[in-house]
Amino acid sequence: MKENIVIIGGGIAGMEAAKQLLCLGYNPIIVEQNDHLGGHVSQWHQLFPDMTPAQDLVRRLGEEISEANIFLETTVSYVNKLKDGYNVMLNNGVNIVCRALLIASGFKLFDATKKEEYGYGVYDRVITNSDLEAWFNGKQDPRIPDKPARVGFVHCVGSRDLKAGNSQCSKVCCVTAIKQAIEVKEKFPDAEIYCFYMDLRLFGKKYEDFYINAQRDFGVHFIRGRVSEVGEAIDGRLQVKAEDTLAGKPLKVTLDMLVLMSGMVCNPQATEIARMIHLDMDDDGFLRSRDNVYSIIESNRPGVFYAGACTGTKTVPETVAEARAAALGIDAYLKSL
Amino acid sequence: MIYQGKQKIWSDYQKEIPDDNWYYVRSCIRQNFFPASEKMFTEITRNVLGKDVYETPFHTTCGGIAYHCDTIPQETVMTIVARQFALMTEAGYENYCPSCITSFGNYAEILETWHEFPELEAKIREDLWKACKREFKKPKYLAHSSDLIYHWRNEIADKARYRLVDKETGEPLKIVEHIGCHYAKMFPHKAVGGAEYPYVLAGMVESWGGQVIDYPERRHCCGYGFRQYHVKANRGYSISNTHKKFESMEPYHPDAIITNCPGCPYFLDRWQYVIAEQTGKTYGRGGYGIPVLTYEELAGIVLGYDPWDLGLQLHQVAVEPLLDKIGIEYDPKAKYLGLNKEDLLRPELPTVLKCC
Repeated sequence: MKENIVIIGGGIAGMEAAKQLLCLGYNPIIVEQNDHLGGHVSQWHQLFPDMTPAQDLVRRLGEEISEANIFLETTVSYVNKLKDGYNVMLNNGVNIVCRALLIASGFKLFDATKKEEYGYGVYDRVITNSDLEAWFNGKQDPRIPDKPARVGFVHCVGSRDLKAGNSQCSKVCCVTAIKQAIEVKEKFPDAEIYCFYMDLRLFGKKYEDFYINAQRDFGVHFIRGRVSEVGEAIDGRLQVKAEDTLAGKPLKVTLDMLVLMSGMVCNPQATEIARMIHLDMDDDGFLRSRDNVYSIIESNRPGVFYAGACTGTKTVPETVAEARAAALGIDAYLKSL
Repeated sequence: MIYQGKQKIWSDYQKEIPDDNWYYVRSCIRQNFFPASEKMFTEITRNVLGKDVYETPFHTTCGGIAYHCDTIPQETVMTIVARQFALMTEAGYENYCPSCITSFGNYAEILETWHEFPELEAKIREDLWKACKREFKKPKYLAHSSDLIYHWRNEIADKARYRLVDKETGEPLKIVEHIGCHYAKMFPHKAVGGAEYPYVLAGMVESWGGQVIDYPERRHCCGYGFRQYHVKANRGYSISNTHKKFESMEPYHPDAIITNCPGCPYFLDRWQYVIAEQTGKTYGRGGYGIPVLTYEELAGIVLGYDPWDLGLQLHQVAVEPLLDKIGIEYDPKAKYLGLNKEDLLRPELPTVLKCC
């Protein structure tokens, strides 16, 4: 009989880890609170930098874990520490005993309504990066005008913002804004696109190329300065005030739509599980790894492993790589017992 | 505009406002600008609503204007404020209500500073004792006088003789609400509705039948800004801020502006004359300006007080078009009669801005 490994979270981290654990001869059991697998990626349209359709990745992973046990629309009610493992109680009444547990609960998007000055949830044409991806995927959104002449993107919404309670950089927003700016420009070639940024953190492979393309081939305007306030004009357009810190001047521009790049915060589900089995939390609100250099997939509790954005903001490639590492880490741990 | 989105924010920024027993302190400048407003506050709260609102002639400035003009240090302001609190304590009150927005911000800032730095509070207590042998308790509650009118807005609505509606069409009047910068921008949680979408004046307008206008430069300063005006060379900056606001609100055709700061109604009112003289442009209908009212004046209007007892004849912008739109009865001939019915003579009329 194959050994159970409980994976909390059915996003791409949980799915990739399940795939690897199947290959290693285990019985991965995914517990996912939503009615589908794939997490945030399943809601995304295309992935940077190659514009890979997000659905392709989710579909491929889904096919590769067809033999895994998957509980959808299920949450963890309680986790008990046993002498040599854990008893995981689910809200559907199922109890699972396992010697290793993988937390892959991912992140939650920062609630953009908390940045009141940007008017999300108050002004008709303010949306988030997530809303825009849903629209790219075909979902109707009355907030998005038919032919916008000017569209703005605000970077770092709820990231690197002590006032919002989040000091961490969300890592992917800069390049996501560039990606979305290009996609909007492709859909509305006549539109002027403005990206308001603090500084651009384009560390990944091809990210810099992406940025240059956005300027050279798509004419996206990059303005170094934070947006201070947004107001709604009588025709529904948005008046946006910022400071152009390169020009050294305040700037006011009227836009047809504003996209807020909501950052990542830890999924409250992870916080709850951390409380149950006394996992350490980091200052940034994410789960704390044993160390941030060599043991990022390990927790402070034996048999509890991490993968993906439950320990901090991650890109998709980082998440997938961590999931593979976590699967190998679990295998090595169980063989050492 | 998604009204429910604002309501959600408003629900996050509510403050506890006791229903009675307030120690009231007047503003340094409001009685010079709009002389009946503070009188109307005590009249409404005491005689219409039956509340205990106490004031003493012994209180002074809070020091806020000098502090914000950078002419005295904060320790001096704190000692002045400590004396104000001592007067409240001696009078047996614990709910403190300043009439001035800058005072409100000043008190809020000092109380917060003392909370963070108790050694500074101890030093100020010592300084106060050395200066005038007084001791004080900190207020249990701090509320601006507009907070109190907001708190009692529905009681005022119940007793109102008029509603903020067009008597001809029955449509709600379109009202711009302008919040003084020092009310919420420093401490959003000490304000009704927070800093981005304050509800303190909007709540009054809604209760009294009007419709609030939200326009792009709603949050912008009225133009007073202390050193923008008090330093004479900066006055062009002051009026350019005011001009920016009027240009922004113009497409909405507001019937009136309601304010809760000493400086805001003055500058929004008087600069309309200057803008008209400089540019030839007026923002009301038919060459008139947009009337700018304090919240006490607006409360007095809906409660049916005589407009000239409210001091509305001292506004630069004529209020008669607004009064006519609501259907308020008034005697045009009594506009410039003093309390003893003595003729105060008529002011010279502007060349551009139409006045009555």
